[in-house]
This record gives sequence, structure tokens and C-alpha cells, in this order.
Amino acid sequence: MRVVGIILITLIAFTGSAKGTYAASTYIFPFSNPYEATVIETPPAFQAEIPKRVPQKIINVKVFPTRIIPKVFWYENGLPCSLVYQDHKAPLIFIIAGTGARYDSPKMVNLQHVFYRAGFHVLSISSPTHMDFIINASSSMVPGDLAEDAKDLYRVMCLATEKLRNKIAVTDYYLTGYSLGGIQSAFVTGIDEEQQSLQFKKVLLINPPVSLYRSVSILDRLLDENIPGGINNFKAWLDDVMQNLSDIYKEMGYFEFSGEYIYKVHKRYPKREHFLRAIIGLSFRMSSSNMIFAADIMNGGGYITPKNVEMNYATALTPYAMVASRTTFVDYFHQYLFPHARLENPTLTENQLIDRLSLNHMETYLRQADKIGVLHNQDDIILDEGDIAYIRHVFGPRAQIYPRGGHCGNMNHPEVVRFIINFFNTGED
Amino acid sequence: MIDRVAFTTWLPMILFGLVLLAGCSTLPRTSVETEPPLRKYDELVDQRKTHPLEIYDPLEGFNRGTYRFNYYFDKYIFLPVVNAYDFVLPDYVEDRISCFVDNVFEFNNLLNNILQGKLQGTGITLSRLIINSTVGIGGLWNPATGWGMHEQPEDFGQTLGYYGAGGGPYLILPILGPSNLRDTIGIAGDAASFAGAGPVAWVENNAASRSFTGVSSVDRRHRQSFRYYQSGSPFEYEMVRLIYTKKRELEISR
Repeated sequence: MRVVGIILITLIAFTGSAKGTYAASTYIFPFSNPYEATVIETPPAFQAEIPKRVPQKIINVKVFPTRIIPKVFWYENGLPCSLVYQDHKAPLIFIIAGTGARYDSPKMVNLQHVFYRAGFHVLSISSPTHMDFIINASSSMVPGDLAEDAKDLYRVMCLATEKLRNKIAVTDYYLTGYSLGGIQSAFVTGIDEEQQSLQFKKVLLINPPVSLYRSVSILDRLLDENIPGGINNFKAWLDDVMQNLSDIYKEMGYFEFSGEYIYKVHKRYPKREHFLRAIIGLSFRMSSSNMIFAADIMNGGGYITPKNVEMNYATALTPYAMVASRTTFVDYFHQYLFPHARLENPTLTENQLIDRLSLNHMETYLRQADKIGVLHNQDDIILDEGDIAYIRHVFGPRAQIYPRGGHCGNMNHPEVVRFIINFFNTGED
Repeated sequence: MIDRVAFTTWLPMILFGLVLLAGCSTLPRTSVETEPPLRKYDELVDQRKTHPLEIYDPLEGFNRGTYRFNYYFDKYIFLPVVNAYDFVLPDYVEDRISCFVDNVFEFNNLLNNILQGKLQGTGITLSRLIINSTVGIGGLWNPATGWGMHEQPEDFGQTLGYYGAGGGPYLILPILGPSNLRDTIGIAGDAASFAGAGPVAWVENNAASRSFTGVSSVDRRHRQSFRYYQSGSPFEYEMVRLIYTKKRELEISR
């Protein structure tokens, strides 16, 4: 599926190249449909220029060296993070990936390059919802509790800086993250205020959810509402997508990555908005499936895998993939995350936990935290009505809201890149 | 691809491996303490329907073992060689090599276009072969694509599929990666015709054909961006299996 999506998306993404170069003075974003913006992102002709190659090292952080990793994860051995470094003394910025994303996902690589060009060392960390993180760096191995995840992230950051002490010269520390990594950045900053180990100078939250629970509910629904009959009827949907691709392939007589080709594919696909919504929903469901399986195995099973079994490299995981893909993040919240949080705090209610997983929970701090800024889009699809107003209300002039861009669809737009760099370089927003 | 000598030693090894390893258990090891999960397959999956993720894979235990072998082979042998290749050669030279390799393998495209009775595909492939070998100086450049003659990729697996052969059991081949019974026979058929009647047979020089085998393998790995276990999914095996199967269906339906 993903390959089909990626093919279509990559194809469609090239259509922008016919539109000529972009005048830098105003914010012009080509998509008014936020789903299109989210999936396709900024077309190449509109993108900011970034260096192609940067000096880079992989740092393998072993947070729990004595932890025994189950055999089914035979390929896991520590949490890899990537360091992009300057050859001189410079500030270091940590970047936290979005849901399910690795340190080297395309958005992370883009941010690395942007910050490298702006003169920073950059340390990229996979999302606490990514299996590498759950298995190697999470203390509870039950991701989703923002306060717990932030502690884990902070621990990784401190260990990584310790490892880098003799390799690079650092002046100050900065922090950013997008999507789930955005809201986590706020929570990590809260911990830093107490512990003072890194003393972040400035922190930027890029397209964070206001309430994690509400955003994941929206994303869960995108799949169920846009694949007719839901995941149990996935075959019909996939057959339809394949049929369309096959027709195009036959009609054109060849297949290639070119603007012209893409334009035809793009024009041809009939239910485009539903398709885009379904793609976003599927991509999110895959991320949450991966996360839930990793969490369940690490905690001994009982949720989507049997309790007290031993799996190894040869074990067929398809039945668990089938169950995981039929488990929403909201299911996970009610059936796994909440019961887990309640173990430590028996009086906790679901609503209290939902409230704890939001910017609202930190509002008093966020109101006066001058070092924290927000970058968001008016049409971000993970937000509910009133969320943008809330962000403006809490952050005031520290909130930069673009009219278009969907969810993280404009992160490599030159205007947005310029804002991000200015935010960190000027010491004020 | 595989030259004559390698090919004859190769296929029996695969078949032997298949027989030997097919017995690996794919079920998790249970004990008296095993308890069923809260969310159960039987309750969540609609079993009246077919599901794209559940692909016919009777040799899954063997396949997963080979998948793991390929991970290590890639990590400790293949990728270091590819990285050295990348480091030593300028991009420009690498592109020339890619063009050259593609041009040599046009032989298989040609043969399989003919076998499928695709006149247009045959015409285009023949023209490409001639143009790229002459104007493109022995295939180092690929002017034909620029003139609107796009590659018409066909292999023997596609030919078998074209005449109605289903994929058969899914297979992970050592080093070569995902395949199925039909496409494995396809690879063998292509290799045999390539070695018996194709460019290798014309050259009649073992050293030359061996170095071509080496260079083309490295070139192909170099162009393939896939890296094992960087997908962030514990279900990577399932994902690769689905993508491979769908991709082949698409190529055959063309």
C-alpha cells in the first residue's frame, strides 16, 4: 500500500515544477486543500534550497544496557540518533520526530539540513512512538503518556550530549519537534526547567496537537471513514487503487517519474480527496500498529499478542499485524495506556488523563515561557475548531500561524524555513 | 545477473535450502502459562473476506530465516562494497555504468517482449538497443529515452504471468530478496537465456562476463534504496511481501 501511496504522491508532487520560481517576499502556498498539502507537501519549485550533503554521524545511545530485548526484535540494539555537526563551536539543536517517525524520516532530514545551514549542530531523535525508542529508550515501554515520554527523551538528550562532549564544541542548547514531537518539546522543556541540565535557550513547537486525544481521534477516523467498509474491506479499496494504476500504466505504455506523467495520474484519479484522507489515515494506522505491537511485546503481551509466549525471527507476525491494524490509537488509549497510568495512580480518571495529554495541562507555564514559540497552520487537519484560537490566546505574539499548509505540509517552504531560522537566531520571535 | 557457472551451482543450492529449512515453526512457543490476548484475531478479522496482507506463504519459516540472512549479508558484505563503490566513483561514472548495465540487460526485455507477442514493446526495445548501443556509445548513454522511447521492462516471470501463471508460494531468495515460485523460475529462465544466447554467450570470455556479473550486482544494489529494518515496522516482512506481490501484479497487468 505504502508504495502505491508514495508512487502517487511523488508523482503528484512534481506537478508544481511547471509553475516557475517562487517570489520570496510573500507566503504563497500552492494547495488550498489541507489534505493535499499534508500528503503532497511543498512542491519542489516552491521549496527552500537546502544543502545536499552534510557531515553526519550516527550515535547509538544505549539507555538500558542490561535490558534483555525479546528475540522477535533480534535486529534491535540501542537507539540510533543522528548528529549533523559543524567543524567549529556552535549551538546544538535537538529535533524530535512526529508519530512513528525515525530520526532520518524525510521531514527530519529536511530540518537537519535547514539547521545545519543556519549554523547549528543538529541531533535528531526518533519519536518515542517509534519501535526503536520503545524498545531501547522508554522506561515504561508504554508510549503516549507525554510526561513519561518527555522524561525518556530528556534522558536520551543528556546521554547523547555526554557522548558528544569530546567530539563537538557546543555553546547553547535549543529544541524543536514537529507534530507529536512538537507537543513533546513543550513537555521536555518543562522537565528542563526543573533539572536545568541543558537549559534550552529557545524552543519551537511545530504543528503540535493541542490535545493528543482529540488529534489521534481525528486521525483514527480518517481511515475508517474513507475506506468504505473499513479495514476489513481493505482489499476492495486496494484493488481499486491498483486498477487505476494499472490503467494509467497501460494507457501511457511506460512508467516514469516525470512531471508530465504525474500530471496525468493526478488528473485521472477520481476520488482524490477521499483517497488522500485514506492515505493519511492508513499511514497513521501503520504507525500506531507498529507502536502497539512493540509496546505489547516489551510488556510481556496480553493486549494484541498472547501473554507468556516466546517469539523469534521465524515467528509469523501476520496475525498480530491484522489485529494491530484493527486497533485504533483511541482503543489503545482506553484499553492499554489508561489502565497502565492507573497502576501508579488508582484515582486517575480517563478524562483526567486526556487533559494531562494536552497543551492545556501546561498552560500556566506556556503563557509566561518567553523562550517557547509555536508554528502552526490555520488549516491543520489534526486540529479541532477553536484550537488555533486557543494557541493564539496562550502564546500571543509567540504564535506564528500560516493560513495554509495542512499538517506539516509547509515545513520546507522558504517563508517557513526563514521564520524557523529567524526564531532561533535572533533570540526573539 | 548470474553467469553460466554460477547459475548451475546456484539453483540446486536454493532448492536444497528450501527442502531443508521449510520445517521451521512459525508459531510462537507456548507454555502452560500462556494466556490469550485481550484483542483477538477471531473477533476482529472478518474471516469471510480475503485480506491483502495474508499472502500465500507456506515456506514462511524458511523465508524469514533467509530474510534475516539477507539482512546480515547486506550489512556486512553487500553494503560495504556498495559504499566503497559510491565513495570511489564520481556520480557521473556511476550513471554511465548504470546505463551500460541496463543496455546489456535490454536483451532480456527484448526476448520477453517477443515471447509475449508485444509488437510495440519489441519494436521500442529493439530501437532502444540499437540507438543506445550506437549513438549512446556502447550503451554508456541512454539517448533513446530522451527521444520518447521508454524502457519496456519485461522479464521471464512477467512472461509466465502474462500466460496466466499465478505467483505460487512467496519466496525470499538468498541475496536476491523477495520473489515467488513463478518469478524464481523467471529469474532462472532469464539467466539461462542470457548466458546461453545473450551478451555473455557472444563475448565468450569468462573473466569479462564475471566482472560484468559483479559490477551489475553492485550497480543494482546501489540504485535500490531499500535498507533492512529501517522501516520502523516490526511487520516489515509482511509489508515487503505485500508490496512485492502488488508490484508484480502491476507489472504483469501492463
